[in-house]
Amino acid sequence: MTSWRPALAPSVVLRYDAVREADLLIMPERVVVLNGQAASIVELCDGTRTVDEIVAELAGEFPEAPVAEEVPEFLGRVQKEGWLR
Amino acid sequence: MTEKPGIRHSAPQEPAIRHSAPQEPAPLKPPPPWAMLAELTHGCPLHCPYCSNPTELISRSRELATADWERVMAEAAELGVVHAHLSGGEPLLRGDLVAIVEATERAGIYSQLVTSGVGLTEARLAELVAAGLHSVQLSVQAGDAAQSDLIAGKRSFAAKEAAAALVRQAGLALGLNVVLHRHNLDSIDDIVALGVSWGVERIELANTQFYGWALLNRAALLPTREQLARAEERLNHWRERLDGIELIWVIPDYFEGVPKPCMGGWGAISLTVGPDGSVLPCPAAYAMEGLAMPNVQDHSLRWIWEESAAFNAYRGTEWMREPCVSCPRRDLDFGGCRCQAYAITGDAAATDPACRLSADHHVIEELTRSQGDAPFVYRSPRRRSVPVGGVDRPAL
Repeated sequence: MTSWRPALAPSVVLRYDAVREADLLIMPERVVVLNGQAASIVELCDGTRTVDEIVAELAGEFPEAPVAEEVPEFLGRVQKEGWLR
Repeated sequence: MTEKPGIRHSAPQEPAIRHSAPQEPAPLKPPPPWAMLAELTHGCPLHCPYCSNPTELISRSRELATADWERVMAEAAELGVVHAHLSGGEPLLRGDLVAIVEATERAGIYSQLVTSGVGLTEARLAELVAAGLHSVQLSVQAGDAAQSDLIAGKRSFAAKEAAAALVRQAGLALGLNVVLHRHNLDSIDDIVALGVSWGVERIELANTQFYGWALLNRAALLPTREQLARAEERLNHWRERLDGIELIWVIPDYFEGVPKPCMGGWGAISLTVGPDGSVLPCPAAYAMEGLAMPNVQDHSLRWIWEESAAFNAYRGTEWMREPCVSCPRRDLDFGGCRCQAYAITGDAAATDPACRLSADHHVIEELTRSQGDAPFVYRSPRRRSVPVGGVDRPAL
């Protein structure tokens, strides 16, 4: 996990849906609706940042939130689904 | 058309990662559609007898122009469509496919090409990728070349193999679609092996849905119950062992006793635009006489989705009668498929005869006991139209 630099799988697109006012992960045959915080995590998954770096950036942005526990756990779940690599 | 069984759609899954659901405003208007099946043409180099296109194929001369499709994509995005399946027939027959993909991408809609693979050259694919194409669903008719070509009615397996390699090289997501029936259900192992060797991410094992040409060929295509049981055993075998390939099983609704949740509900999730611009709540609705399908050349997509009689006819549960109206499953399967109810009973508001609670379920049960050795009627634009269905008409 420490050296992993998460990036969206090639066929997965992160998009804001203005009609539903929701952030979406779009992929073949499936749409996943994200909440606001989830999208701000996924936005940082561009293959250049390690998980620690993503956590550090989000900790600065959301000082009140338990990002150190929740973000790695979330990224692990999304990776398990195959949407992050 | 070669790949989509009539009633598959891109259902948004119950979101796996959702903390607070986005709230829809009060339901004065129907929720927006997620997906659009764009049947760009009914022309196709293949002749698959299981095709769900109507037996009266729309001729090439009646097809929408490029500018029409560009407008449809913009209107679809504005309405809330996030997925477009560019299908047919064979969409590669459209000389303006690149322009249509560009318009889809420009509108912010995720595009998937649904193709037989015939005519997909390296240069054409490069143009499509540059235009913004995201993924490809490739049809194959069986796990081996000879059987695949026999079912397709055309030598096409080699072209499909080449197309699969090109799509993988281009780095696009590749899914395989195999429509299942009596003549290939025993080769699930071969199909899975093919998917593995072609590097696909997803295999749709889509049991034939009986509409259009498939309904005409029903006697030749219906499997036996034993065949289905063996196939499901192989499906479960591979689901436990395959890593990295998703196996999707589209249910053989004639055999389940429970109807499919057709389209996720009428006018609920998805819409189909035909080659001539007619807009349908379900790709099989061409055959519904008495329900005029609106056309994008006369109305906006928004008016069609929200206001048209066709889309409101079977929306929600108001239209239901017994046994549907008091059924605990009515919000799960929506009374099944309206087009199938119409095709078999002549009444689109009847319970889908695939349901064991339908008064007409015996018709389906008798069909599933029949021994099908009828020859294929291969799909062809030259064939005269053939009336189908009806309990009081001779079985096909």
